[in-house]
Amino acid sequence: MTRQMTGAKMVVQALIDQGVDTVFGYPGGAVLPIYDEVFQQNSIKHILVRHEQGAVHAAEGYARATGKPGVCLVTSGPGATNAVTGLTDALLDSIPIIVLTGQVPTFMIGSDAFQEADTVGITRPCTKHNWLVKETDKLSDVIHEAFHVATSGRPGPVLIDIPKDVQFATGGYNAPKPSTSHYQPQVKGDMEAITELVAALETAKRPVFYTGGGVINSGPEASQLLRELVSSTGFPITSTLMGLGCYPASGKHWLGMLGMHGLYEANMAMHGCDLMINIGARFDDRITGRIDAFSPKSKKAHIDIDPSSINKVIKADIPIVGDVGHVLEDILKVWKSRGRKTNSEAVAKWWGQIEEWRKVDCLKFTQGPKTIKPQHALARLEALTKDHDRYICTEVGQHQMWAAQYLNFEDPNRWMTSGGLGTMGYGFPASIGVQMGHPEALVINVAGEASWLMNMQELGTAMQFNLPVKQFILNNERLGMVRQWQELLHGERYSHSWSESLPDFVKLAEAFGAKGILCSDPADLDDAIMEMINHDGPVLFDCLVEKHENCFPMIPSGKAHNEMLLGEADTQGVIDAKGSVLV
Amino acid sequence: MSALKLKKGSTSHSAYNLRPTFSDVIEKHTLAVLVENEPGVLARVIGLFAGRGYNIESLTVAEVDHQGHLSRITIVTTGTPQVIEQIKAQLGRIVSVHEVHDLTVEGPSVERELAMFKVAGQGDKRVEALRLADIFRANVVDSTLETFIFEITGAPEKIDAFADLMRPLGLTEVARTGVAALSRGD
Repeated sequence: MTRQMTGAKMVVQALIDQGVDTVFGYPGGAVLPIYDEVFQQNSIKHILVRHEQGAVHAAEGYARATGKPGVCLVTSGPGATNAVTGLTDALLDSIPIIVLTGQVPTFMIGSDAFQEADTVGITRPCTKHNWLVKETDKLSDVIHEAFHVATSGRPGPVLIDIPKDVQFATGGYNAPKPSTSHYQPQVKGDMEAITELVAALETAKRPVFYTGGGVINSGPEASQLLRELVSSTGFPITSTLMGLGCYPASGKHWLGMLGMHGLYEANMAMHGCDLMINIGARFDDRITGRIDAFSPKSKKAHIDIDPSSINKVIKADIPIVGDVGHVLEDILKVWKSRGRKTNSEAVAKWWGQIEEWRKVDCLKFTQGPKTIKPQHALARLEALTKDHDRYICTEVGQHQMWAAQYLNFEDPNRWMTSGGLGTMGYGFPASIGVQMGHPEALVINVAGEASWLMNMQELGTAMQFNLPVKQFILNNERLGMVRQWQELLHGERYSHSWSESLPDFVKLAEAFGAKGILCSDPADLDDAIMEMINHDGPVLFDCLVEKHENCFPMIPSGKAHNEMLLGEADTQGVIDAKGSVLV
Repeated sequence: MSALKLKKGSTSHSAYNLRPTFSDVIEKHTLAVLVENEPGVLARVIGLFAGRGYNIESLTVAEVDHQGHLSRITIVTTGTPQVIEQIKAQLGRIVSVHEVHDLTVEGPSVERELAMFKVAGQGDKRVEALRLADIFRANVVDSTLETFIFEITGAPEKIDAFADLMRPLGLTEVARTGVAALSRGD
């Protein structure tokens, strides 16, 4: 049924019909007609952010924590260009978001009008797809198709650029219907390849599941099927940063995260396995380390919904294009029908080897009486919050890796971090989006002080909308990861990796009307964390930590999985060698 | 040797180490890409090649199905087998792309290109140019007392050969369309 209405009203109507309840945005000249419609309705909550980058990250956080697409509304020109970082972040992490941008009227496009930018041109490489809508009659169909594209296949960000005259003009509105466009990605895997993988599962001596964000994106059912497959085969499982929570950290087959700062046992298992089952991961360079020494003796199966991920970096022996949930369902079906076989004797021996690696206890640290170690702060945060309905966001850097190492994730959609793009400033706005999706939950953003300052203006958003997000800042007054690389690779020349003139975070919180907590003494830490949890409102927790702590384990760039640095002792020789070079 | 005993000049000081480990033989492939005929679609395709560092040797594009809003882009590209596979997969995931065909591997195909050559000269050279054009079945589409414009159609190699012959005879300008290609038979 087609109804007549203005383009601006169509935008709001289409969002309502798509089941959208929350929009993150910032008004401006080229979107005023849409904001006028937002004003005259109560179905959709609009969250006024303080910067368009914050709007996109908030929408990402909302999408990752709820499994529904996130929606942003921003103006033309600078509104759109400010959204670019968020769009790129969502593209690399495959997060479904829909960004609506205003544009100058169609008759002014190309005239260098006020706040004009070539938005579709600028965002073409950082969206999954984008549209410039020049006719009001086409607007509703484009918006519905945008939701289809953002959420189908490998999810990703889309953008719709809407000129102001198209918003004012009246046209026909079509309600959503199942997409008839040619874009219909394949979800079922090839049964022949699935059977080949099952045969490999039956005979593998040293198998390992290597899972990633694709499991989370496939939906909670995929995580359930994964858990069933892991527990019934008894094979070890590791995950990328993006996939944390798809298998519970308390599960007995869990090896912990793998990769550059992954656990020793996880990386050694990847290096030594004879069958690697990649489920929804993409052999990122943070995972593989040196490619020609990556897991040299294994047969590799790769399940991915995006055909371009397969054979991009690592050659797959058993490639399976399809949705993780659908493929896992078929794997289980075939494996069960063939008698649930595994080479249990060999796998038991493999576990024996893994237990040996575990004894290395690669995450051990010693907390002294004086300064708080960042690892200790996170271990205490874990202990004091694990029984809560908890969601964790992070910024980017050392704190992010420590959070991945020391916090435990039992379920999918509980962990929001910028994995692919590594966007400092992601976590705080993301936590606002998560809290909007889960108003009653405990939402914590584990941050570094430098990352947090990149989008600190969003404290105004948290206050205005009463979002009790907890900002847990591990403050080492350093760009810790940069500092660590400079120490290990650049002769300890700490070029611009520390901040002077940091704000007093307690006063900063208070200036916005939020609560600030300062903690520097290990003896006060638990009480301070409890105070943060129990405060009903946004909290800025300034945790002063050891300034020169390095993040271990670490696979240096260009090294293989079995060449990990486990701690300061390993770098000692390295630093000596470097010293002699300098002399 | 640096701190981590990394070879000087290796990529290891960078965060990336993505040197391909598969076959390094460079192959030339002709791809036929059917795309939605909409604004910006060509930019999506060439942006992909530019952004990911793939080569374009030639590219042609035109609408081929007005009712179905489809255009056909013919791209001649070079790369290792792995890169060619990546190019096809990356093209395939552009939302506006309907079909990707690798004419080089999908059986025999016919490739043609049209070119125009302006040749300026007098006397023997002018006569010789005309005679060679006849041998190559090139047509004269414009003529002044000092210049010819030849139109020639054929496989790119034939056009290259004609260009080589025209150069000493006063070749002043060339326009080439790039390759259009179709697979043979059904």
